[in-house]
Amino acid sequence: MAKLIGLTGNEAIAYAVKQCNVDVVAAYPITPQTIMVEVLSEYVYNGEMDAEFICVESEHSAMSACIGASLAGARVFTATASQGLALMHEMLYIASGLRCPIVMGIANRALSAPINIHGDHSDMMGSRDCGWIQVYAENAQEAYDWTIQAFKIAEDPRVLLPVSVNIDGFILSHSMEGVEVLEDEEVAKFLPRRKPAISIDPDKPITIGALCLPDYYFEIKFQQVQALKESFNVIREVNREYETLSGRKYGFIETYAMDDAEAAIVCLGSTAGTAKAVARSLREEGKKVGVIKPWVYRPFPEEELIKAIGNAEALAVLDKACSFGAPFNALCSDVIATLYRYGKNVKVFNCVYGLGGRDITPNDLKLIFNDALEVAKTGIVREYVKYLGVRE
Amino acid sequence: MRRQGELSEIKAGWKSLPIGGYLLEPGSAIKYKTGDWRAFRPIIDQKRCINCLLCWIYCPDSAIIRLEKYVDVNYEYCKGCGICANECPVKCITMIEERR
Repeated sequence: MAKLIGLTGNEAIAYAVKQCNVDVVAAYPITPQTIMVEVLSEYVYNGEMDAEFICVESEHSAMSACIGASLAGARVFTATASQGLALMHEMLYIASGLRCPIVMGIANRALSAPINIHGDHSDMMGSRDCGWIQVYAENAQEAYDWTIQAFKIAEDPRVLLPVSVNIDGFILSHSMEGVEVLEDEEVAKFLPRRKPAISIDPDKPITIGALCLPDYYFEIKFQQVQALKESFNVIREVNREYETLSGRKYGFIETYAMDDAEAAIVCLGSTAGTAKAVARSLREEGKKVGVIKPWVYRPFPEEELIKAIGNAEALAVLDKACSFGAPFNALCSDVIATLYRYGKNVKVFNCVYGLGGRDITPNDLKLIFNDALEVAKTGIVREYVKYLGVRE
Repeated sequence: MRRQGELSEIKAGWKSLPIGGYLLEPGSAIKYKTGDWRAFRPIIDQKRCINCLLCWIYCPDSAIIRLEKYVDVNYEYCKGCGICANECPVKCITMIEERR
């Protein structure tokens, strides 16, 4: 009998981290992620978790400590958001470049300026190309499930890359939901102790992080390209194994009502939940709409996206972050690039929404679905990038 | 003039290089011969050298070789920084531009 407990998104990730038997947590609190770190420090203090909790003075140091611990062979977790992730930026590349299988929880929040503590995807999208595997959860259950899977994916010798598990700031981080949790022993069996192939050992000295000039740098970076490619297979395997354990099925993309959809919304994270509800009600009116939610944003699941789109003729791609000056914003650029690569002629428009935590309502989504249906019918895109609800 | 990297070993590809650019054996920097970085070459007038070993102490690349009565330069590693010439109390080291 599965155990159902009430957890916020932050707590769900912290609970998963505890069960994953993490050795080192080095983190710095920042809204809206603070509770994730707070709960973990309590677990360590209470003795519920046998881990080293390193209080650091900044996120830059948090990630630095995580890199050191990970290279020493520890299973490592950290968490951050917004400015904290921005401050880590330099170290994010070092974590992936040195192939540290760190897992990080991110309660996505807007970037300054103007200063804002509410949720959007500017933080992770700002570090989009840092070489991490990036996962977006729709609710607390997914946050819990992906955190456990993240360690297994990250630590696989074919991957050895850090993974970020993203939850929408406040919308998920602070909302309590029923989360079905596994037993500690089940997680321990799914995720045995980390066995690093190479780690720091005084009896066998090695050098990590040595200077690498034009004659070798490119090859080392290409290894990362290959590792992300290889991670497709590993993610698939881990998803399958986790489904056997938990009964919950994950993949690269979740689709809703896509079988005969003429138009669809593509979006990340919690917005997909609202979009599904709106799609359901529009279906009752006979409108053929669906939702495509990438769980895994990096590596970008092109094949799965093409499969998900099926015969849909128009897509509204929602971005909760702004790629200033770009022809399209992050998610939409990837969707269009995928369509181009597969020679698929689907009409696409981009909708930037929710910056600084502005709500996206069911009515907003209904209008977007209707616009997408209109595009599917006429084949004409009037406005390629919309900025939802911005006042003049 | 040697082409860049010619002093070093034949270069491996991404498949055989250790993951993440790790160096899996200690002391491997010795294989990375940095002499081809040099723009100026220190020439020691060994007749005037008083064997005080200040250059040997100051050389950041351990590229000064101690001989019995004077010193010499290991040009496989000397990057030509000129510290030895600057520190030499009898000014017996001159920096000559490398010829192309």
